[in-house]
Amino acid sequence: MNAQLVSPLSFETPHTQATPMSVAVTRAGKLYDLRPALRDISLTIPVGARVAMLGPNGAGKTTLLRILATLAKPSTGRVEIEGLDVVTEANDVRRVVGYVGHQPHLYDELTARENLLFFARMYGLRDGAQRAGKLLERVGLRAKANQRVRTLSRGQTQRLALARGILHEPRLLLLDEPDTGLDDDANALLAELIRERADSLTTIFTTHNLERGLALSDTTLVLVGGRVAHMGPARDLTVDAVRAWYTRAGRRAL
Amino acid sequence: MQVAKESPGTPTSPPLDQSLPRWLRPAWRTVAAVWRPARPYAFAAWRPVQRYGEYVLAAATVVTVLAAVWMAFKYAPTDALQGDVQRIEYFHVALAWIAFLAFFVVFLASVAYLWRRDERWDWIARAAAEVGTVFTTLVLITGSLWGHIIWGTWWAWDARLTTTLILWFIYVGYLLLRSYTGRSESGARAAAVLGIIGFVDVPIDYLSVTWWRTLHPSYQVPLGQTAQAPASVVSTLLVAVLAFTLLFTFLMLLVYRMQRAQSVAQRLRARVELE
Amino acid sequence: MMNDTRAFWQQTFAIIWKDLRCELRARQVWVSMAMFAVLVLVVFNFAFDLRVDNVAAVGPGALWIAFVFASMLGLGRTMAAEQEHGSLDRLLLCPVDRKALYLAKLLGNLIFIGVVEVIAVPVFAAIYSLPILTGMIVPIVLLGTLGVAAVGTLFSAVAANTRAREVLLPLLVFPLIVPVVIGAVKASQALVSPVPNDPPWIGLLIAFDVIFLSISAITFPYVIEE
Repeated sequence: MNAQLVSPLSFETPHTQATPMSVAVTRAGKLYDLRPALRDISLTIPVGARVAMLGPNGAGKTTLLRILATLAKPSTGRVEIEGLDVVTEANDVRRVVGYVGHQPHLYDELTARENLLFFARMYGLRDGAQRAGKLLERVGLRAKANQRVRTLSRGQTQRLALARGILHEPRLLLLDEPDTGLDDDANALLAELIRERADSLTTIFTTHNLERGLALSDTTLVLVGGRVAHMGPARDLTVDAVRAWYTRAGRRAL
Repeated sequence: MQVAKESPGTPTSPPLDQSLPRWLRPAWRTVAAVWRPARPYAFAAWRPVQRYGEYVLAAATVVTVLAAVWMAFKYAPTDALQGDVQRIEYFHVALAWIAFLAFFVVFLASVAYLWRRDERWDWIARAAAEVGTVFTTLVLITGSLWGHIIWGTWWAWDARLTTTLILWFIYVGYLLLRSYTGRSESGARAAAVLGIIGFVDVPIDYLSVTWWRTLHPSYQVPLGQTAQAPASVVSTLLVAVLAFTLLFTFLMLLVYRMQRAQSVAQRLRARVELE
Repeated sequence: MMNDTRAFWQQTFAIIWKDLRCELRARQVWVSMAMFAVLVLVVFNFAFDLRVDNVAAVGPGALWIAFVFASMLGLGRTMAAEQEHGSLDRLLLCPVDRKALYLAKLLGNLIFIGVVEVIAVPVFAAIYSLPILTGMIVPIVLLGTLGVAAVGTLFSAVAANTRAREVLLPLLVFPLIVPVVIGAVKASQALVSPVPNDPPWIGLLIAFDVIFLSISAITFPYVIEE
């Protein structure tokens, strides 16, 4: 009757007691008006992990990312990032989390530099001007720094969005389908940026490109129907195994 | 967010219609279907209250409403100044009292909803708003009718009537907001905010309109004479207020059940469609 | 603690500055609002066929109707503009107190409407030939506009997510701001033709503003969260 794919409630990657957890989710659920988007999810992610979140459409990937980014609140359960509760200490969480979503989250009428300066002020960064300058250089937008975002090409906007996401040196970077949003150059840039900060930065990204997802991550998290179907080292999985979950999910009654 | 879990009511004694003659059962079942409780309480002592409470409430409502009507039209004395038209006032005042009570209930339920996020508070707020709008409309209609006969105009910018009109607009705005946002959590939150602000607005409204009115003292609403009024007038008024309070409670119960049924139905429909 | 308050105001002003900059460059809202306000005043003149003797009674009403209608336009636009290009998420991702967000939107709206009023009041005084340009007009306009904007900013966030948001916003806001309209019109009228034993309209405006500012600031986070 209730065919579950994988039943264990708690998924943990191997870690020692001393390692601090970047993300700790305990029995979290999210109920939107008509249906539960997330059901009873528990998992932990250590600092420095690169997690690929996979799953068919509607599995709850974007919802989980939004909860981690504090854009949505969990209906049940508890979500902690770097030991901070996303509901009660939301502003502290926002200081350590960066989010790059489908939309660029930039202001069209402001220039690239002004956008970064604005967000620097919102994050309370004292050296906003220096950071903005350095990041613009890094993402290859120095020439376009004083042009309005409205005039930038799509690829350039995406790179600026990336800059905005890491402006405040977050410890957790969330990316919603970066490969569909960013072009190849920008994706290479993103990989570089992540590598540079390997020890201190935890990354979680969603993707529909299974090969890429498995190649770029060290941990894979598969969500199906709002539940965790699998979580473990990426090398233990093959593309076909993940595809099997997708097809099973398609046939499975909710 | 807690979702009310529905389990069918399981009466411990055979249903009432078994003791009725066969020809009466269909009618009884139709009526009882509206009142059937959906969930039994844990404590045995509560069950009789739950099973029979609504019937008692319904009976009391019918009795008091009929009593109020009789008293208003037969028992109360004819007013010296206004004649028989004054009898409308009993209903007008009682309805106005209930309209404000309903708004207060919307306010309380809205605060409770924002605090607890339990959708049942939202159902209560909606029910109170719907019933309250109907009552407020009746207040305006009876007031207008009375004004037409006494003053010769269909409307007058009397302080109370004006405030009631604004109240009506706020209520209707609430219902329109619910309609535009559909049955959703964001809609419930937005409406709760409106429920709170609207209620706080009413005393300020009344104050400003009264001040505004003092500059145009053309119409007088002769309602402040209850102190010198004979006992029959006071008692009629009290019975009318009681009757409409019971009516309000009864209607609230029905509309609350309807709201609950609609919410549950919507969720079931979504589950079926997704499969 | 002190740092928090400073950060609060710094962020508030950062948002206001950003909104002003964007609006100055896009030039969408201001011009149409100002034109609309002046047009309402002109049309009123035709609609009511104002002669010299009744101008003093009806004029202030026309002024405030123009302000309220123009405000509805402006309020709708500022929230909708935020929703259009990536929604409020870009601000919600930042560690900013939601009340600061409300305050920033409110002050931004006040500045927009304020500019319109600075244009409309002299035009009004000229068209209607009313000696309204005394010092006292400033606090009356300020208090009245604050009342309208306090409620309007809150409900523009509510209406922004619905369909038919342009009609829903005035529908919800108008009944709530009746005391403000009454107070502002009466206070404006008192400037032109003072009435003895007038109720304290300005006091009413102040009380209304304080109450509704507080409630709106407190309930705003509930409206924009998910």
